[in-house]
Amino acid sequence: MARQFTPKIVTANALLEGDVVYLTADDRWSRDLSEAELIEDEAHAQLRLLKAEGQRQTVVGVYLTDAKAGPNGPEPVHFREAFRARGPSNYLHGKQESANV
Amino acid sequence: MYKYADFDEAFVRSRAAQFRGQVERRIDGSLTEDEFRPLRLMNGLYLQLHAYMLRVAIPYGTLSSRQMRQLAMIADRWDKGYGHFTTRQNIQYNWPKLPDVPDMIDALADVEMHAIQTSGNTIRNVTADHFAGAAADEIEDPRPVAELIRQWSTDHPEFQFLPRKFKIAITGSPNDRAVTRAHDIGLRTVRGGSGQVGYEVIVGGGLGRTPMIGQVIRPFLKKEDLLPYLEAIVSVYNVMGRRDNKYKARIKITVFENGIEAFRAAVEDRFKVTRAEFSGVDQAVLAGIAEQFAPPAFRNAPEDGYEAARAADPVFRAWTDTNLAQHRAPGYAIVTVSIKAHGATPGDATSSQMRLLADLADKYGHGELRISHEQNVILPHVHKSDLPALHAALKTDALATANVGLVSDIIACPGMDYCALATARSIPVAQEIATHFKAIGLEDEIGQLKIKISGCINACGHHHVGHIGILGLDRAGVENYQITLGGDHTEKATIGDKVGPGFAYDQVVPAIERLVRAYLGLRTDRTETFIDAFRRLGPDPFKAALYPAEAERDAA
Repeated sequence: MARQFTPKIVTANALLEGDVVYLTADDRWSRDLSEAELIEDEAHAQLRLLKAEGQRQTVVGVYLTDAKAGPNGPEPVHFREAFRARGPSNYLHGKQESANV
Repeated sequence: MYKYADFDEAFVRSRAAQFRGQVERRIDGSLTEDEFRPLRLMNGLYLQLHAYMLRVAIPYGTLSSRQMRQLAMIADRWDKGYGHFTTRQNIQYNWPKLPDVPDMIDALADVEMHAIQTSGNTIRNVTADHFAGAAADEIEDPRPVAELIRQWSTDHPEFQFLPRKFKIAITGSPNDRAVTRAHDIGLRTVRGGSGQVGYEVIVGGGLGRTPMIGQVIRPFLKKEDLLPYLEAIVSVYNVMGRRDNKYKARIKITVFENGIEAFRAAVEDRFKVTRAEFSGVDQAVLAGIAEQFAPPAFRNAPEDGYEAARAADPVFRAWTDTNLAQHRAPGYAIVTVSIKAHGATPGDATSSQMRLLADLADKYGHGELRISHEQNVILPHVHKSDLPALHAALKTDALATANVGLVSDIIACPGMDYCALATARSIPVAQEIATHFKAIGLEDEIGQLKIKISGCINACGHHHVGHIGILGLDRAGVENYQITLGGDHTEKATIGDKVGPGFAYDQVVPAIERLVRAYLGLRTDRTETFIDAFRRLGPDPFKAALYPAEAERDAA
């Protein structure tokens, strides 16, 4: 039996600001992980990655990373992705700042 | 301080203009990221976890008040009102936006600063003793030679694509405050038999995944032979260094694999050629540079009020006990301003702190500042009669913390809060250790203790040479912290030893507390520091404190 596919999201950094972004199901780049498209199929994941990699004037450093379904959309699996989704822990900067406005 | 010559000015301006064009072409799509990446890295621009990061060189850690004010302006205008001082005497801005970076680079050029060669496989920012030009124990101010090395290494056509990055540190004092033994090349100023000044040349040191203490390749090198000898070392490395494996590409591996004798023989051979190629113009340049580092006009004045203030104000006295170092000029002191108030991020300074420091440097410190590899700011020349007023002014912006050299004066890299390479966080661990020991009131009792934290194996936080080193790793998807003991960053440089399994994030502070309490119980008296006690007793009692359950089992 084939190994079970761990769900994925497509993520990158925005070219101009460097902020962490996620590919949505409707082909936008969102700054919010919960809006990301949770990809449950390996072949679809590769297609979405290709699509994202084509957008070289919008994003930098595109990659697939593990995620899991949560009540409000995809959630990170690894702590690195949790920090990317949240921002630094010493100041309320980055995404935490915009959330505070 | 060094003032840019027309050549420096023209070079830095032309590089700034080139980079502006490169950024424009990246944004309009003429350059792909693959094409742009090496160009931005040549100019110190990284892409980190949450944003770009601009690393600006502070050559040999020396800043004028005017430069410090400009760094503050840049932080306010294009970043988030602060900067991060690093263990390589650089300042990093954590939040620049790509379209703004050319303006930031221009603003740096306005005060004779740049971000060139703060990344890439080139000779990086030359670091030096942060007490240079002031220390009582100094043989000679190392900064003129450091500036000469900066000029020689900047855009050196042979050394733009070395096997790997290359770091040079220099100290003018026998007490090594520049960690020279953990650099690709370390230079220690020494006196030869006839009293002439020269250098002990150390090669092949480095931290990272394969930590090594550098070895002496030349016990005494004449001053005028320095550049040809450096050129010989770097060119031999350029040929002999491995390019097949990034992790084996540093000169420490080249020296280790070939042996110091074979490496030295190759360098000495090459030196015959390079020596002949240097006409002596470098010595004329050096003489011109040295004039610009003439010491300021020190006052010959009584230390009015200093002892009285110490007697009257215990807070001031505590600060003078920890934050001052001995100056060579009578009546003067070297002031280390701690930017590590308990709970603050090691190395971070706000723009208002930078401005205050610049103002105080003008008022009390001949307009000079230094950045230490220990991530503090130095006012190198302060007359003791000015110290009470200086201390009062520092208090107004959280800059009067009396903790230099103590448990809360921690080196920490940015770790996974910012760095794309990190495997775990460093900053919150440092913050929690600092606030915890303050809360339990043990800091003064513990005395001198160097804790150094890295968030990955690359060891920017110098954990290998910490008395207590902490290395953050990813163990099966969870942050895990390995503790090393017995490291030393001075002229007695030692790599600390791993003592056992790592600790979960929330177990690090309790583990450090057990270690420190074990030390307090074991020391002969207050004069025996943590590292001295460790050297006397060996790791076993400290290991037992770190792993009490195991110690109990072994005893049973």
